[in-house]
Amino acid sequence: MNALCTVYKRELAAYFATPLAYVFIVIFLALAGAFTFFLGNFFERGQADLSPFFLFHPWLYLLLVPAISMRLWSEERKSGTVELLLTLPLTPSQAVIAKFLAAWSFAGIALALTFPLWITVNYLGKPDNGVIFASYVGSFFMAGGYLAIGACFSALTKNQVIAFVLSAVVCLLFTVSGTSLVLNFFTGWAPPGVVEAISSLSFTANFEAISKGVLDAVSIVFFASVITLFLFANVLLVNLYKAR
Amino acid sequence: MNLSPGLPCKSAKRLVNLTIQRKGMGGMTTMIAIEGLSKTFGPIKAVDRVSFQVARGEVLGFLGPNGAGKSTTMKMLTGFLPPDEGRATVCGYDIATQPIAAKRHLGYMPEGAPAYSDMTPRGFLAFIADMRGFSGADKRSRIARAAEMTNLGHVLEQPIETLSRGYKRRVGLAQALLHDPDVLVLDEPTDGLDPNQKHEVRALIQEMAPQKAIVISTHILEEVEAICSRALIIASGRVVADGTPAELQARSPRHNGIVIKCSKEATAALTPTLRQIAGVAGVEIEPHGLFVRSLPGLDVFDAVRVATRQRAMDIKEIRQEHGRLDDVFRVLTGGATDADILAQTAA
Repeated sequence: MNALCTVYKRELAAYFATPLAYVFIVIFLALAGAFTFFLGNFFERGQADLSPFFLFHPWLYLLLVPAISMRLWSEERKSGTVELLLTLPLTPSQAVIAKFLAAWSFAGIALALTFPLWITVNYLGKPDNGVIFASYVGSFFMAGGYLAIGACFSALTKNQVIAFVLSAVVCLLFTVSGTSLVLNFFTGWAPPGVVEAISSLSFTANFEAISKGVLDAVSIVFFASVITLFLFANVLLVNLYKAR
Repeated sequence: MNLSPGLPCKSAKRLVNLTIQRKGMGGMTTMIAIEGLSKTFGPIKAVDRVSFQVARGEVLGFLGPNGAGKSTTMKMLTGFLPPDEGRATVCGYDIATQPIAAKRHLGYMPEGAPAYSDMTPRGFLAFIADMRGFSGADKRSRIARAAEMTNLGHVLEQPIETLSRGYKRRVGLAQALLHDPDVLVLDEPTDGLDPNQKHEVRALIQEMAPQKAIVISTHILEEVEAICSRALIIASGRVVADGTPAELQARSPRHNGIVIKCSKEATAALTPTLRQIAGVAGVEIEPHGLFVRSLPGLDVFDAVRVATRQRAMDIKEIRQEHGRLDDVFRVLTGGATDADILAQTAA
């Protein structure tokens, strides 16, 4: 446990040791604001809620989360420190979990810094704060899902750009799997059960279910399962690709 | 995890001690035991049934050409790579089945001394100390001690990425030494250092040697002669020689041979006389004189000196060669044959 905490702290500090953390947070906040006010028509709608803000989160994460996760393992493999890390008294699973938690905490910090919007909407009207809270929790879990995918692909390569592109593509598949773009491809030939299964893998649909206001247990379980599955794959990949 | 970080090696040592004593090897404590370690990467057999043991107080020099399997063996010994076959134990703990316990007794500097470049040496060593479970005053004193042993004092607050290669190497060493491990595995500890730094690192290794079992890999042969109590030569994944540096030198075809530097006339006159001495295997004519080869295991130096006494005026120099480790290395690793080595003239 001690070793896990130590790696977690080092990883989290590593984000802030480089300009990455600050660039990321500034861009995340700027884009989140731009989407909310310009694409989401926050003022024009005249409603006291944050749905125009949360609506764009899947797309925002799609672009930015792979940027947080790409360095997790690629950088270690490139600089050779992975050999140092994994010969310290700690198991590969502990290392995978610690790194994921550090990245997730960092995403959580960025998300938490959007709090002025919550204050604004409360100042302007009387929103349902329960819905907003549930949406924040949902958004945080969705970020975890994207991060687990990104961390997994980061373990696959020494090259951070490849890690970024691969995770962005896979994240995109999970984002759009509920839309007609993907479903039309399957409806012609696949049995309805398969189509339904694919559409239920959609991050967007699961996130929307949470942000409707009920903290939907099924959707939280969905994101938790995605995280578990990809972290498990991450451990396997770390072990498999050590040699190269 | 209920393994306390400072768990002493004693129980394991006692166990190993008993088995050793049963074998009748005396007080030597085996700290590293490798049995039949093999590793294949695709079509390449990188390490092929390598076995050896290292006791406390020994400094094992791990030699071999580039790509011979030195680093791969070290990676398996330290638990980074799982072997395809065979096993490795550190202080009696199997690295595959008890990795955490084994790693606690192990200090490892991987090839190139990797370190987190965005950290300062102090931050990095603090991270390692936390990972090793040290805290408070103990942690501070260990960081200070490791930094002092490796002369890191005045760069402790500089980011590692701004340090020179020599300092990066020392950070890697400090990291491996921090917990005062029983077993130290250093992959090319002096690679890329200047002669002064090499000397410092060698002195440090020698100073620590009595309390530890140390394995260093290198392709610098003078280093082996300077600090290793034992050398292991590996080629194409296999152990081709294992012995003290002196024993390995004795394998040279030039070992115990005698170099005589003299004039051309003296060369012609001496050759038949020298050939008749018992124990002389042959006399070669070299540009500046003669080279007398002895039969294996025989020392003909005195006999040669006596035989050349009447020509003493013509002889500029007469000395015995011990054979160079370089030559033995080249022969054993397929870089040269005995004939090539004999044909080399004395410097």
